[in-house]
Amino acid sequence: MANALHIVVCAGIVPDPLQTLEPVTGPAGPGLKNEMVLPAVLDPWAACALYEAAALAAKNPGSSQNPSRVWLVSLGPKAKLQQVMMTVAQKVPFELVPIDGPIGGFPDAHSTAAILSETIAALPGLDRAKLLLFGGWESATRGAGVTLQLVGERLSITDQFQGVDQIEVRDDGSFEVLERVEGGKHQVSVCSGAPAVLGWATGNLAEPRNNPQVGMNNMRTIMPALAKANAVKLEANGLSYVSVSLPKQQRETRVVKDMTPDQIAAELVEWIGAE
Amino acid sequence: MENILVLTHADESGSALSKSSLEAITAGKELAARLSATLIIGVVAKDAAAAAQALASTGARVLAVSGEAFALARYASDAAATEALCRAANATIVLAPGTSRFTRVAAGVAHRLGGFIDTHITALGGKETVEATRWFYRQRVEAVISRDVRPWFLLLDAGTHAAFAGESQPIQIEQVTVSLTAMRTTVSGFRAPAQDAQTIRPDAKMLFVAGAGWTKKQPDGQVHVTEAGELILGFLRATGASLGSSKSLVDQGGEGNSVLPFLTHLNQIGQTGSTPRHQKGLSTCCHGEEPHVVGWRFIGDRRAISLDPNCGWTRGKADVVYVADAFPVIAKLNALLEAKKA
Repeated sequence: MANALHIVVCAGIVPDPLQTLEPVTGPAGPGLKNEMVLPAVLDPWAACALYEAAALAAKNPGSSQNPSRVWLVSLGPKAKLQQVMMTVAQKVPFELVPIDGPIGGFPDAHSTAAILSETIAALPGLDRAKLLLFGGWESATRGAGVTLQLVGERLSITDQFQGVDQIEVRDDGSFEVLERVEGGKHQVSVCSGAPAVLGWATGNLAEPRNNPQVGMNNMRTIMPALAKANAVKLEANGLSYVSVSLPKQQRETRVVKDMTPDQIAAELVEWIGAE
Repeated sequence: MENILVLTHADESGSALSKSSLEAITAGKELAARLSATLIIGVVAKDAAAAAQALASTGARVLAVSGEAFALARYASDAAATEALCRAANATIVLAPGTSRFTRVAAGVAHRLGGFIDTHITALGGKETVEATRWFYRQRVEAVISRDVRPWFLLLDAGTHAAFAGESQPIQIEQVTVSLTAMRTTVSGFRAPAQDAQTIRPDAKMLFVAGAGWTKKQPDGQVHVTEAGELILGFLRATGASLGSSKSLVDQGGEGNSVLPFLTHLNQIGQTGSTPRHQKGLSTCCHGEEPHVVGWRFIGDRRAISLDPNCGWTRGKADVVYVADAFPVIAKLNALLEAKKA
């Protein structure tokens, strides 16, 4: 298949989901306690987007003169990006485009989108007519689900899909997309071709196993890219935080150790039936 | 003075407003009353006149975009429609339901209008200003935010407001014309499991969470995936509950292990899944943090069946934890529920 795809994946880094998070407010606004020392991972839904991008590029390699390419654009503190890339680089081939900026879910999404779109527009070798802009449909930090859409608008892409679980590229360059909608269904759409924005849900791929060969190839370009990463600041855009707190609700859990299955079942029947 | 526009869209019938849209109407009415603001309602539907009949008693000005092109959700047409409605209303605050249809386009439209957007709003407060409550870090941190720039788009989570219920009658609507360029995307329909195999039921009173323990070796040293599947489906049939799953259980399918055939990523709750709203939740064979902390955030009454009496994730998260093997408990429970039905 000669379809060459230029896939740009936007993915942030987030605290490892198993970490305990505690919000704190400093002079620059809210953040997380010890945020810079919390172990970080690639944003989970965006990671799904990266794996799908790599699989799609492998399936549609293009030609030797005009190959498919996958870029990973990531905004975060340079040191944290480097730490996360040590693992991510071993998963699938990509070209890292790091942006040295703040971490976390509290900065404004519009500012993030502005910087991402400027960076993508300036990518050397990117053919905007072949661009598939990938990312997670929501992040695990802000979880707003708007950044990718804003980047798409800024790049004048008016075919956008969110909650994507599947893309099937056809020989003529058109593609079918499955998007999650309410009630456990997928909406099926056919787009005539790139450019398009796809905000991924989980997709259908398992996390690729670590491949040291892929890791070594990626790291050849990742380290120089990190060294050259531009530092940015994010505007607040009128966003202010009245309060930031942990949920207060802590339940008094009744632990039942001495009931038989019959007794538990009887109690549950009553509970299910109770209004 | 604020101009509050509530964006709504039709449900699958095309001629009635979706439940989430009616919830947004309630939020809009409350906010407009509190701020002494003007309330305007925008409708996107194939047949907006029919859909808007439910709005007759709101007393609000109703703007509409109608036509075949707006029957189904698609970025280009929906963005054009909602942009036109926002411009016609000269809105300073735009409320919209956080449905898949509007979450797909609202940020793009906010950008087109030079505005800003915040999503997953669970409450609107403040006295003379608007303060919106939302969660960060997948329901782990709660924040109240405000913005002093306009227009400000706020997407409301489903289930956070009562649905507006007014007498349905013909109503005067102002049609807003939208000229669309050639569409590059065609919506060809929906894919869903067969009706009797659909295990995701957003309107169910109960959420049943199946964890990876269902597919682990049992005391006889064997796995009993078929039996587990029958027990879980039997429970869903008897109660009408919705089925949620832990990530680890869904992921087993991709790793070539024995899996429950009716589970997909759509069932997944937690960090990379959904955070559904149900009155009650029963978790079984589930020993992870994510279903209990993230996936259960908006479940009212929570119980768990777990073999681990020291499971730290259920402590403080569930109301009751039964330390037991879920296989015999659910088998007995299904029998009792069937007997009760009969």
